[in-house]
Amino acid sequence: MMASSYNAKDEDGHITVSGPGGGTLRSKKPENTAFKQQRLPAWQPILTAGTVLPAFFIIGLLFIPIGIGLFVTSNNIKEFEVDYTGVDMSSPCFNCSQNFSWNSTKPCTCTIPFYLDQPYESNVYVYYGLSNFYQNHRRYVKSRDDSQLNGDVNSLMSPSKECEPYAFHENKPIAPCGAIANSMFNDTLELFYNDPNGTRIPIPLNTTGIAWWTDKHVKFGNPGGNNPNLTAAFQGTTKPVNWRRPVYELDADPGNNGFINEDFIVWMRTAALPTFRKLYRIINKKSSMVPTLPRGNYTLEVVYNYPVRSFEGRKRVILSTISWMGGKNPFLGIAYITVGSVCFFLGVVLLIIHHKCGNRNNSADISN
Amino acid sequence: LYIYLSLPQCVGEEIWVDSRTVYIGHKDPPPGAEANIPQRYPDNRIVSSKYTFWNFIPKNLFEQFRRIANFYFLVIFLVQLIIDTPTSPVTSGLPLFFVITVTAIKQGYEDWLRHKADCSINECPVDVVQQGKVVRTQSHKLRVGDIVVVREDETFPCDLILLSSSRHDGTCYVTTASLDGESSHKTYYAVQDTMAFRTEQEVDSLHATIECEQPQPDLYKFVGRINIYKDKEEPLGAENLLLRGATLKNTQHIYGTVAVYTGMETKMALNYQSKSQKRSAVEKSMNAFLIVYLCILISKAVINTVLKYAWQWSPDRDEPWYNHRTENERQRHMVIRAFTDFLAFMVLFNYIIPVSMYVTVEMQKFLGSYFITWDEEMFDEELGEGAQVNTSDLNEELGQVEYVFTDKTGTLTENNMEFIECCVDGNVYIPTIKVIISDIYILPNVCFEHEDLFFRALCLCHTVQVKEEETVDGIKRGIHQGRPTSFYISSSPDEVALVEGMKRLGYTYLRLKDNYMEILNKDDEIERFELLHVLNFDSVRRRMSVIVKSSSGEYLLFCKGADSSIFPRIVSGKVEQVKARVEQNAIEGLRTLCVAYRRLSESEYQEACHHLNEAKLALQDREQRLAQAYDIIERDFVLLGATAVEDRLQEKAADTIESLHKAGMKVWVLTGDKMETAAATCYASKLFRRSTQILELTKKRTEEQSLHDVLFELNRTVLRQRSISGYDRVSVGLSVDCLDFGLIIDGATLSAVLKANQERAGSGNYREIFLEICRNCSAVLCCRMAPLQKAQIVKLIKASKEHPITLAIGDGANDVSMILEAHVGIGIMGKEGRQAARNSDYAIPKFKHLKKMLLVHGHYYYIRIAELVQYFFYKNVCFIFPQFLYQFFCGFSQQPLYDTAYLTLYNISFTSLPILLYSLVEQHITMETLKRDPSLYRDIAKNSLLRWPVFLYWTCLGVFDAVIFFFGAYFLFDNTTFTSNGQMFGNWTFGTLVFTVLVFTVTLKLALDTHHWTWINHFVIWGSLLFYVIFSLLWGGIIWPFLNYQRMYYVFMQMLSSGPAWLSIILLITVSLLPDVIKKVLCRTMCPTATERAQVTYCHQLHSETKALNCLVSRLGVRCLSCSDFCFAKAINQLLLSSFYEN
Repeated sequence: MMASSYNAKDEDGHITVSGPGGGTLRSKKPENTAFKQQRLPAWQPILTAGTVLPAFFIIGLLFIPIGIGLFVTSNNIKEFEVDYTGVDMSSPCFNCSQNFSWNSTKPCTCTIPFYLDQPYESNVYVYYGLSNFYQNHRRYVKSRDDSQLNGDVNSLMSPSKECEPYAFHENKPIAPCGAIANSMFNDTLELFYNDPNGTRIPIPLNTTGIAWWTDKHVKFGNPGGNNPNLTAAFQGTTKPVNWRRPVYELDADPGNNGFINEDFIVWMRTAALPTFRKLYRIINKKSSMVPTLPRGNYTLEVVYNYPVRSFEGRKRVILSTISWMGGKNPFLGIAYITVGSVCFFLGVVLLIIHHKCGNRNNSADISN
Repeated sequence: LYIYLSLPQCVGEEIWVDSRTVYIGHKDPPPGAEANIPQRYPDNRIVSSKYTFWNFIPKNLFEQFRRIANFYFLVIFLVQLIIDTPTSPVTSGLPLFFVITVTAIKQGYEDWLRHKADCSINECPVDVVQQGKVVRTQSHKLRVGDIVVVREDETFPCDLILLSSSRHDGTCYVTTASLDGESSHKTYYAVQDTMAFRTEQEVDSLHATIECEQPQPDLYKFVGRINIYKDKEEPLGAENLLLRGATLKNTQHIYGTVAVYTGMETKMALNYQSKSQKRSAVEKSMNAFLIVYLCILISKAVINTVLKYAWQWSPDRDEPWYNHRTENERQRHMVIRAFTDFLAFMVLFNYIIPVSMYVTVEMQKFLGSYFITWDEEMFDEELGEGAQVNTSDLNEELGQVEYVFTDKTGTLTENNMEFIECCVDGNVYIPTIKVIISDIYILPNVCFEHEDLFFRALCLCHTVQVKEEETVDGIKRGIHQGRPTSFYISSSPDEVALVEGMKRLGYTYLRLKDNYMEILNKDDEIERFELLHVLNFDSVRRRMSVIVKSSSGEYLLFCKGADSSIFPRIVSGKVEQVKARVEQNAIEGLRTLCVAYRRLSESEYQEACHHLNEAKLALQDREQRLAQAYDIIERDFVLLGATAVEDRLQEKAADTIESLHKAGMKVWVLTGDKMETAAATCYASKLFRRSTQILELTKKRTEEQSLHDVLFELNRTVLRQRSISGYDRVSVGLSVDCLDFGLIIDGATLSAVLKANQERAGSGNYREIFLEICRNCSAVLCCRMAPLQKAQIVKLIKASKEHPITLAIGDGANDVSMILEAHVGIGIMGKEGRQAARNSDYAIPKFKHLKKMLLVHGHYYYIRIAELVQYFFYKNVCFIFPQFLYQFFCGFSQQPLYDTAYLTLYNISFTSLPILLYSLVEQHITMETLKRDPSLYRDIAKNSLLRWPVFLYWTCLGVFDAVIFFFGAYFLFDNTTFTSNGQMFGNWTFGTLVFTVLVFTVTLKLALDTHHWTWINHFVIWGSLLFYVIFSLLWGGIIWPFLNYQRMYYVFMQMLSSGPAWLSIILLITVSLLPDVIKKVLCRTMCPTATERAQVTYCHQLHSETKALNCLVSRLGVRCLSCSDFCFAKAINQLLLSSFYEN
């Protein structure tokens, strides 16, 4: 179509005034450039069994060791997971999960004992995990106001429409607005080591370093910048409906309060899948001599605030060590080993085929 | 009949509702004449532009949205605007806006150029005679009836009737190069009664009307008459009509011409109208694929909508406590909600039909066609022209041709005639190089009267013009170059050859002067004949005649024409001898013409005159009446003799035909020539080989047997042969050497075959039998074809049940119908003018260029566009299918997997350039191999790369890759930490991971398919990957102001900082590419196609070259030349060779 419309112009013969024969002759002759004659020097690879073979072997030889390395690393990672939803009658949190009400003022606490059969040598990361919780639902994902979270005063007072129906409460703008913020995970988890001699030693849980550095320092910001008086900065707004405390009372530490509270930031990064885990606390290694979490009995104390039974969700706590490749993930290692072996196997098959057919082809060529 | 002929004189005006009356000089007719009915004509403004300033935007938008694809995207865009959709309207609005704007700007610019051109033309000065004075005015102010003065080298401002010329014989010379490309000078004649006018006053005093037909686009047809009051009427023909756009040459000025057609009614303007669009087979399959994808899209949306409502049946899932709807949404009716959801899914998945595909395909076609025009090998030095592309829509169709219909004269042959011999009453005259009478080989027993008449006949019966050397500029330099005095010019090369042959035999045609033709006879005496009438040649009569009056007062009618049209009209003469000679010459492949004459008595002449004038005066059906008049006059001939002219085969015609045959194409020659001549040419051009069994379906045979019997007999022969060789053919493959058939059919029999079918459709379906025979013949020769029959044949084959792709190639006006009818029409820029080239889709200088056009360009374009189409669907399946899968994990909430920017830019920038470039420069085999081995063309025959299995393979590959991307990422992401600091990733990182794998896989897949890596390929493929990375870094690198979300902030960087992400990207890319590589390698090894074999052979060749070079190089002391580095080796090879040559 493009060309035809160009041609229309060419057909307007009266526009072009034909020059003397000689002049047009020269200009009409196409240029003899490599590009115009489609003769640019080129590399012309062909995927034959012969050329692909080495690639397959190389992939096989590279992937299998990588896979083994990954698999071993993954197996060395220690991970402990405990479900504290309280579905079963026997579960310690059964009562809390049954008697849940948003308005109850008295927090329900339950205690879950568990036993670690191996010492956790390096830093231990404490995660909470939720199942069947659709953080990736479209209505949910978009229900936030990034400029409000960035500390923009206008957005603070008039949250974006996307936050509906969690934008206003009793005619006051909600800060932080939106479904994500409103449903922030608010169970409190505490960990105790049961010393063999009977004492319960609380394990110090680090609340910082759990959110992306860029999120905490750039993407999220409190209104009024570094104004230490957060209460004033949030004046005129109201807390999200489901929250027990306003946003400026999330933490006593002013560097971890308001929108830049790391628990909040972690929650605000919506998970990709309905079963997910989020980093809750970090247990730092104290000294090289003592394991971070020695073998033994532990108690998990949960202040049970977060209802998941209504949508058949589950809550878990995960303790995990971390290697260079992240958490426990045997899949990657296995996948590498599998792909490597398949490539190697294919390489062998192709070698046989190449050997047989190659000869046949060559003879055919000769006969031709 | 006579009454009928005399009718127009009196009936006149009542009948001519569709004629116009032009009052010369706008003078009222004298009282008593018919009433002056004012007719309204447009002014002389040429409007070639489509738009005006005001209507550009609405009109252009309307035209663009009439295209179904644009409309589809507009609808998607509007849906996005209206309902709450997962992606912002920008994602589809931006590409659409981009496409629409670019197209609009392009069209607007072109239109502006046209406006400018129109303006300069409409305002160019024109001299008009008003009140006896020459007044200068602007071209667009001309009105019908104005008297215009045109000077030498000026173009005519509108269609004019020539009243008088500065040349005293009332003629003027005109070149119509810009109209039809013919640069020869044509002679036009002034109206007899006004040719004597010399001054403005005289011209202005003319009181007359012109009646003529309403405007029609045929450049070579004009019927009208001039009515000078109180005088007589005179016919006007095309020879009186000067066309707008033509240029006056060799004539000082012409006076008092009168405008008949103005502005948009000029014949040139009427010829603007573009031809009907042809659509290629690829486009058709593309549309079929599109429909499939549309169905996939709709079914995806339906499935997801249904599942969504099934899934969220329980309110806890529909509205869990953490994720409430707004009040508004809650109140909406269920059906509306479901419908909105359906639309939202449609919007989410709409990228599966990419807007960019149309743009890319059009760009590919448009830019790709430049390679044809740039091709140096298709440039003809002598003609000074290369190939032309008139429609780029059909590039790939060149790779799909199954039937080639070619004209003979001028296409297969040079149309460069050389006089070989003539035969008078059975005596043969052969001119040798020297023009000395004694050198002529004369047989005894010459009847001198006939001899004299014969030579005079050939000197007189023609329309050749004599050109003095110095007056000629810009005329084609051909065989005539170097003649010092004068040379002949004619629209028919046969005539030139004949007249020149006569010159060599001693009779020189000198000039036409004041209607007297002058001949220098062999005694160096000048003989003068008064030219009374020319009965022009036409392809139906296949003869022409002149009526002359000799100096002795005798009326003579000379006629020359094809033997078949002369012999039935012969009453005396040595028919047998001449016929024998003619047949013998025809077998040798010479073009023969018979010459006859008739002496007319005074009364006979008067009667003939009467017939002719009547016919010429007729406004309606003039052609038909002229033909009738000719038929009456041209009879009772005395046969004089015959001539033989050789038309040499074009350079490499045989080679080209052989290549086309090897490429599996069936070549048909359609010609108006005699069977014997045509058959000889066919043998010479290797269309028929010695081994070819010739089947004849000619009039001669059908006279003996009935058509029915002949057809059935031939059919039996063919079928028997096929059943024998059928098994063979399968096992041997496509061996060309097995016995093949050639069919010869003539026009008369063909029309009998076609007509029989029409009359009794039920009984004997001759058409089917005929097609069956043709199908089994590798070569068919159709001789004695009328132009329309050529088109009929093409149509017949086109409509046969396999619907083969046809190509017609020809050079003359008689081939235009077939060129327009065939799927691909190719014109040859020949000696018979430019009509064929103008009406064709592609024009080439010579027949031999067809080989490269089809075997190289056609082949390349086909594989390029096939890959382009398949790849586009593939990459969009890869793109959208993960989104579809993601719906199962996000509660069917239409949550997009990728960020808006990625959704928008995926097709526009991340993956668009590599495939565009691939589709422009890919060469899976070298040009040399393609030319050397035409059978490779069979590999792509029948649209083989776009058939459903191939399409299914690509789609499955796309689905497989999409599944790998999504579930790979799913399992890697599932419940685990990806970073070494324990922090978690969110859904956008998940999407970005999938997207990164997607972009890399899709680009690398193309890289695997690329067989021709030039530096541009490297640049574009690696460049676009790099661009993706840089864009992602930038997109996630800053908090973008004016955006209400910052979801991509640092997502890409965080992903790259994680080791497992890198490892999984590499793993997933490898896994996705693996099946395609395996398929390729296995197919190549197990059952290689001819193409693949050729690639390997080429590779081997290079390999051996490299080995040889290695020795050479090591001798020269250069080392470390890797065997596998072909490119390098090749370069060195060339270097060495060139140095050897220099030494």
